[in-house]
Amino acid sequence: MKVMQERVSMGLNGNAAAAHAMRQINPHVVAAYPITPQTDCVERFAEFVSEGLVDTEFVTVESEHSALSACIGAAASGGRVMTATSSQGLALMWEMLYIAASMRLPIVMMVVNRALSGNINIHCDHSDTMGARDAGWIQLFSENAQEVYDNMIQAVRIAEDMRVRLPVMVTQDGFIISHAVERVELLGDEEVKTFVGPYKALYSLLDLQHPVTYGPLDLFDYYFEHKRSQIEAIDNCLPVIEEVGKEFGKLSGRFYGLLEEYRLADAEYAVVVLGSTCGTAKEAVDRLRDRGKKVGLLKIRCFRPFPKEQIIRALAPLKGVAVLDRSVTFGGFGGPVFTEIRSALYDVSPRPLIIDFYYGLGGRDIYVEDIEKAFARIEDVVRVGWVDKHIDYLGLRE
Amino acid sequence: MSRLKTWKELTPGGIICEAGNARTYKTGDWRTERPQVDKAKCINCFFCWAYCPDGSVRVDADKGTMEGFDYDHCKGCGICASVCPKQAITMVPER
Repeated sequence: MKVMQERVSMGLNGNAAAAHAMRQINPHVVAAYPITPQTDCVERFAEFVSEGLVDTEFVTVESEHSALSACIGAAASGGRVMTATSSQGLALMWEMLYIAASMRLPIVMMVVNRALSGNINIHCDHSDTMGARDAGWIQLFSENAQEVYDNMIQAVRIAEDMRVRLPVMVTQDGFIISHAVERVELLGDEEVKTFVGPYKALYSLLDLQHPVTYGPLDLFDYYFEHKRSQIEAIDNCLPVIEEVGKEFGKLSGRFYGLLEEYRLADAEYAVVVLGSTCGTAKEAVDRLRDRGKKVGLLKIRCFRPFPKEQIIRALAPLKGVAVLDRSVTFGGFGGPVFTEIRSALYDVSPRPLIIDFYYGLGGRDIYVEDIEKAFARIEDVVRVGWVDKHIDYLGLRE
Repeated sequence: MSRLKTWKELTPGGIICEAGNARTYKTGDWRTERPQVDKAKCINCFFCWAYCPDGSVRVDADKGTMEGFDYDHCKGCGICASVCPKQAITMVPER
């Protein structure tokens, strides 16, 4: 294939959309290990490398632990670095995830959301990335292949912003997005190059005039202060994510915020959901609106950092909220999205009643009718005036 | 060590930008036993110097003599006492 100077529309799946974004970003180093359903992305990128379309040093490694370790070394050495993984691969990266974030390395990683074993399952749920929500990475969720492409490009700018300098995960739902071909609009290569800009290294290990040490022993006298500064860093990046979303909108016509509110302005009931299910939820909202129901959707694009103020503003006026969680907190009080949203709304008075639904584990399909059921339930809860059952299931055989 | 910094004064990720500043970190504080050398027994073989994991055995390279310990950094591991062929080094409890 040849280099694309002009904007084009292509039929691409989410993996290919991510691979094209990586090609246009042209990072210094990519270290990645193939895993279903991400393999397709890394294979395509490897083809771009072999065809000479990128200048990237492509490091083939023996595991995901090594993949992220190589990325950390390359990023600390002053390179723009990217990788991609999924499920067990992300789990194998675990200890390195925290190290990448703690060292404030602006690595961008595409993660295809896939269920964690056991039992072994290759299909979509959010247990992999939700499990990593406390690792200190920024997490952007995508609704479709176009958003995967757009989020990858924005992620570079967000991660590398001097006010941020943190790693970013861009997620897409396994198979539903990663393998479904959609129309995707690509920017021209030069446009992407200009948008991401040249990489600015900070504290490079290869800068021999200014030698530095990364990751030294950090005990009771300083570790706590370092964690406090890391908390500050990730909290401060919300406005940067918004700025980059606006700037990307000016370039592409596709504007991004921390959240997307769909028919929420005058709504009384809402579902809150992340990823590809947002498309299904929009259809459910439209159908219920046609029947005169005042319903809407709150889509969370940025889960980490958690946009607390914006979520409170969006949900506080509602009567009832149904949260849809595609990952389980075993033994916890609901899924990760539910617990966080319920906590954020605690100080709001009067506050909406909130219920949680586990759905879609291991790739179980979610239908428009399921989401209509969720709306019907929250309407019932509000009619009764209290929550009888905080956590329930959609699409499960009882 | 000088005054401890607040979290607002730290480099991103706690990166150390000053080369060789480990010497300002007094790891000797960790010690529960200190090595003491009996120079009457010492043959200046430098085994202690070669084995010390912290570079805390002081030697005079010109004279070729073992000169004692850097107690600011010696963690009291006792390796020097263990490898000394003349049992010239003994570990004494700190109080």
